[in-house]
Amino acid sequence: MTRQSSSFGRVDQIMVEERAATFTKRSIKAESKMEGLRLAFSMLDLTTLEGRDTPGKVMTLCHKAMHPAPERYGVGPVAAVCVYPNLVPAAKAFLRGSSVKVAAVATYFPSGQSSLKTKLEDTRVALKAGADEIDMVIDRAAFLRGEYAKVHDEIAAVKQLCGDVHLKVILETGELVTYDNVRAASMIAMQAGGDFIKTSTGKVSPAATLPVTLVMLDAIREFFFATGIRIGMKPAGGIRTAKQALHYMVMVNETLGDDWLTPDMFRLGASTLANDILLQIAKGVDGRYQSGDYFSLP
Amino acid sequence: MSKKSKKLTTGVAALVAPASHAAIVPVRDRHLRFNERWNYSPAPEVHTDIKIRPRYDLFIGGKFVKPSSGKYFPSINPATEKQHAEIAQGTAADVDKAVKAARRAYEKTWGKMPGRERGKYLFRIARLLQEKMRDLAVIESLDGGKTIRESRNIDLPLVAAHFFYHAGWADKLDYAFPGRKPQPLGVAGQIIPWNFPLLMAAWKLAPALACGNTCVLKPAETTSVTAMHLAEILAEADLPEGVVNIVTGFGDTGAAIVNHPDIDKLAFTGSTEVGKIIAKSVAGTRKKLTLELGGKAANIICEDAPIDQAIEGIIQGIYFNQGHVCCAGSRLFVQESIVEPVIRRLRNRLSTLRVGDPLDKNTDIGAINSREQLGKIREMVESGKKEGAELFQPQCKLPSKGFFFAPSFFTGVTDSHRIAQEEIFGPVLSVMTFRTPEEALERANNTPYGLSAGVWTDKGSKVFKLATKLRAGVIWAETYNKFDPASPFGGYKESGFGREGGKQGLLSYLKLG
Repeated sequence: MTRQSSSFGRVDQIMVEERAATFTKRSIKAESKMEGLRLAFSMLDLTTLEGRDTPGKVMTLCHKAMHPAPERYGVGPVAAVCVYPNLVPAAKAFLRGSSVKVAAVATYFPSGQSSLKTKLEDTRVALKAGADEIDMVIDRAAFLRGEYAKVHDEIAAVKQLCGDVHLKVILETGELVTYDNVRAASMIAMQAGGDFIKTSTGKVSPAATLPVTLVMLDAIREFFFATGIRIGMKPAGGIRTAKQALHYMVMVNETLGDDWLTPDMFRLGASTLANDILLQIAKGVDGRYQSGDYFSLP
Repeated sequence: MSKKSKKLTTGVAALVAPASHAAIVPVRDRHLRFNERWNYSPAPEVHTDIKIRPRYDLFIGGKFVKPSSGKYFPSINPATEKQHAEIAQGTAADVDKAVKAARRAYEKTWGKMPGRERGKYLFRIARLLQEKMRDLAVIESLDGGKTIRESRNIDLPLVAAHFFYHAGWADKLDYAFPGRKPQPLGVAGQIIPWNFPLLMAAWKLAPALACGNTCVLKPAETTSVTAMHLAEILAEADLPEGVVNIVTGFGDTGAAIVNHPDIDKLAFTGSTEVGKIIAKSVAGTRKKLTLELGGKAANIICEDAPIDQAIEGIIQGIYFNQGHVCCAGSRLFVQESIVEPVIRRLRNRLSTLRVGDPLDKNTDIGAINSREQLGKIREMVESGKKEGAELFQPQCKLPSKGFFFAPSFFTGVTDSHRIAQEEIFGPVLSVMTFRTPEEALERANNTPYGLSAGVWTDKGSKVFKLATKLRAGVIWAETYNKFDPASPFGGYKESGFGREGGKQGLLSYLKLG
């Protein structure tokens, strides 16, 4: 089955980029800045997705996730850590008793270039190890060929396997080329049962951008009014500074509003972002900037 | 093919909840909530370094002079209702002095000066404007109530751009009209409105000066302050004395310019009512006239439009500058099949607009320019309610002091409602529906005005079909309220005649030999 992506609704490139840029013009100062940064920090999916990852590296990450900074900064733990399936057992062990969730990438991450059987097996491994959340990738090759049903059915199959475990569907927007495609893929992912839609694997450039995230937030809103289901959003990759994080927070605040400003509905996938947010919070509390040496590496 | 994939066949219209999903919000509770969880702290533009002078005189013959009446009138900040300056009340005698100074300058210096020399002055003015952009933006917001976001990002950059653009034309007029010999007209009398005080001054002065004319400019009485700061910039740029003269005052000061026998050219931007009076006074004289008057623009949203972006276009169209825009998209025509999602999104979007202190960098909608204008808006909104239209206003706290009006829209409006026919010049939108593009076209054109229009559709062919048949001077497709000095601006019918900007705009200030 092939269809035109435009039947999922259209996006005007110039206007959506213009609108996305307006969120960067908000002036977030004083109390609202500290609140926004703390909220953003609580929404972090602290991520390590490298071939050289070891249980030791994951332990470092997990400890940082639970105890990010000295107590006086008032920064709670992050939302989740995000790792490869075979590191899920290590992460689960280190995080036992904490509120931090373990998210595992699966379905032949990052390319998705394998059989459905392999993708499901990959997911099964992660689930068996106790992953709380699965971050799957869509079959971009199928999507770009217009085989939307294949994309849909794969997501639906993975969701079936996941059951109550939260499923985040990575669209890899950097490979989808157009905003119309991003909107279509968002609709398919939500329709197929994804609980979250996520921009990127972090392995393809460009990763998350403000306009792409805006297109996805608009799709989430439309899906909510049509079905009554609130789908979560996770921009991932390329968000490195506290300032950028605030741009995303402003965008969620002014498009989907209060109900999405929680770690249950909005996540930021990043690795280096955490320390820049901490740096800014520390500046707010202490009144001066500190060197990066005062913050442990994630 | 699995059962599930069948759900996809009709796209968004067929969105249904996947059976597996637990938390389905019932239809009656499907709302978005805003501004409760995280709100923005005040972010005022610090302006202690910027001083509005207690008193502004007239600018005649290159000097700041007291008005012959000796009288000054108060200028207030519409966001606080506090007086912040006194403005000289120019009289017919002052206008006469200004016209004489302009005539002298035209004959002695400016009219004879080669275009490349005039261009240098214009470039210098443009650069000075850029240098002082921040100060001017702050003063514009203090004096007129517009948000610092707009005065800084839109008004001031466009002001400089107009001078740069026309500076480039000054020595190329012969090439703009090949085979003709373009000549300046002489002394131009220019009367401008309060909605874009500096920008309108730039629209008037830059082309007039580039073409070799000298000017007598009258700013609007509620927004004269930045014009006088512009006068200081002109002096700083060493513009020869008398080339630009600025006479502040009320309607009678404007009338003195209109009726002065030694004016060669009149340019007016403002209400259609006053435009008609001017046209009558000028009839039978040798004065050339251009008018840029009111509007009641149609913004047409077809069902195949990118709706989320069209919403932004609607917002830009009617709530830009508190709706004090002659080309505002004040009549929204929505195709029947998408009315419900468009209205829903408009409501949500209005709830995120921030109304209040114009100097706060996060304010989207600032103060209404004057008590008088606020009264007019309120009266029109009352008439809409009385005639049975349904008003929507988001819940927003308006400041207790100052002239503010919440962004609003009416549904249940027909073409014969006053709010669909008359210019409101405020943040009030009338929403109407249509079935076919032909119907939208007919109703869009069914107005005495014809300044601007907007078209939203994903089909290029439909854009051209509608744009060629809409009787309006400016038509935006997939955008709204975009301005550029290279693009001519002006109206049809009761929206006036003549163009400002672009090559066409030069013709308003030239005779072609």
